[in-house]
Amino acid sequence: MTMNKAGHTRGAGQGSAALLSSHQMKEKGFSSFLLMAGVSVLLVLGAFFVTLVLQSWPLFRETGLGFFTTLRWAPMENEYSVLPFLAGTLMTSLLSILIAFPFSMALSILLGEYLKTGPFAAAFKSVTELLAGIPSVIYGFWGIMILMPLIQSLQMKLGMIPYGVGVLTASLILSLMIIPYAASLGRDVISMVPGELKEAAYAMGATRSEVVFHVILPYARSGITAGFFLALGRAVGETMAVTMLIGNSNFIPRGIFSPANTMASVIANEFGEADGLHTTALIAVGLVLMILTGLINSAGKSIMKRFQVGG
Amino acid sequence: MKDLSLKKRVFKERLFRGGVFFLASLVVVPLALLLGYIVKKGIGVINWDFLFSMPAGVGESGGGIVHSLAGTVMLIVIAVILSVPVAVATALFINDHPKNRISRMIRFTVDMLQGIPSIIMGIVVYLWVVLPMKNFSSLAGGVALGIMMLPIVIKSTEETLKMVPESLKEASMALGAPYYKTVLHVILPAGLSGILTGVLLGVSRIAGETAPLLFTAFGNPFLNTDIFKPVDALPLLIYNYSTSPYPEWHSLAWGASFILVAFVLILNLITRLVVKKWQIKY
Repeated sequence: MTMNKAGHTRGAGQGSAALLSSHQMKEKGFSSFLLMAGVSVLLVLGAFFVTLVLQSWPLFRETGLGFFTTLRWAPMENEYSVLPFLAGTLMTSLLSILIAFPFSMALSILLGEYLKTGPFAAAFKSVTELLAGIPSVIYGFWGIMILMPLIQSLQMKLGMIPYGVGVLTASLILSLMIIPYAASLGRDVISMVPGELKEAAYAMGATRSEVVFHVILPYARSGITAGFFLALGRAVGETMAVTMLIGNSNFIPRGIFSPANTMASVIANEFGEADGLHTTALIAVGLVLMILTGLINSAGKSIMKRFQVGG
Repeated sequence: MKDLSLKKRVFKERLFRGGVFFLASLVVVPLALLLGYIVKKGIGVINWDFLFSMPAGVGESGGGIVHSLAGTVMLIVIAVILSVPVAVATALFINDHPKNRISRMIRFTVDMLQGIPSIIMGIVVYLWVVLPMKNFSSLAGGVALGIMMLPIVIKSTEETLKMVPESLKEASMALGAPYYKTVLHVILPAGLSGILTGVLLGVSRIAGETAPLLFTAFGNPFLNTDIFKPVDALPLLIYNYSTSPYPEWHSLAWGASFILVAFVLILNLITRLVVKKWQIKY
């Protein structure tokens, strides 16, 4: 658009042609600078994907699809499989969503319906924002110092080997990290429910909990689902706290107490010391992780978009 | 009969309300524990020596974290220098051509970039920067953090630019100012607070990131000011010290955690003040 404007002035006064053309140069330069910046952002994402594909290609050439079908990850014997980590990732992230669900629903109903303003609402909001602002590595450190001994004593009571670290420990910390995110998305969605609908229900004599269950939740269901998809995307990619608490075992977890590894944590653990095909395999794990989070996030975003358009 | 059912309904309502308040308050408990623990363990460690001296040898008590404080500052500066110009220019482009196909692709890309796990930033930047330069470096760490900042700054700048009224732009164009001058002298100054907010938010997000630095900045027990050499950072130090078996290092890690959390919280506070004070009102 701006280039068109510059083009129109070209034929205008001839006397100031020199001045105009210098302006045009700057104008064009500026527009193309903006375009270049935008395109470079596109290129970054494209290059991410291409880099991961190219760098993990040698693995697929060498081992075929064994990466997705075998169950063993044994770098010393050049055996690589993503499945133990895919299982670990899905278990920890789904478990953490399950734990976070009641708390984040309670927070979003509280902030979206019961307490919209006032000092308590502000307090709850600041608390969730604080939780969201604490770095992952500090959650991990706190988990090692506080949560691990608790889980160990629980395991002793249950007569198990007191590892202290494992799927459950990681999921507990992870749920603490995603509650604020899921709750703030949920609150936004709930406060978008049209007032007329709620007022109609109140006018019929419905209590607040009845309005929540029969009006707000049915209306906001897809938006809330989208929020949990986005939270799941976060949980899947979370690295440091999980790496510190999951116990780093390269086998498919047998239960919620067993140590495991997620895709992110195995990369964090082994990439530094890996070489050759081992590095390639870790990059392939990264590729799978990126595709998985991409799918989950775009599913969440598209459900959210439909909710916002429909609502 | 009717009376009973009303009582039941009111009881249900009370039960539900109680449940919601109870569960929401339970979330406060771990936060209070976490913050309390960081303050209790961290604040005693902090003194002049801790902030301004180099680490002591393994197992020795005392020693400081000046090398990782300097490293964190350096990484943030590199990330800001690399990402902010690109992000602001990208936001200007999207704002100028809102319906354009490239703009729509950029918006999608920004969403996707925001969702990429931080550890992947680490390995990709390792492949892009560390391998060709054959050296871990703070430059590589800054690149990884800069890419993480991009989507945050782009989004908040775009939001701000949307709020700059069209009439301001038209007034400038009507005076005969070329478009680039309108942008530099009218649009950007009007949206400065929003851009600043985005940058502060971005910095508070990346300040605590560890995963992208593991294979890029790598960590370094010595003070380093060369952008082509590995450098330590607060989150890296917390990770390394907290997973070590030495209690002295654990307490140093608590001190570092205290500094890092305080830094992030203060940044958030400043961001809120900026938003409140300089909100665009026309």
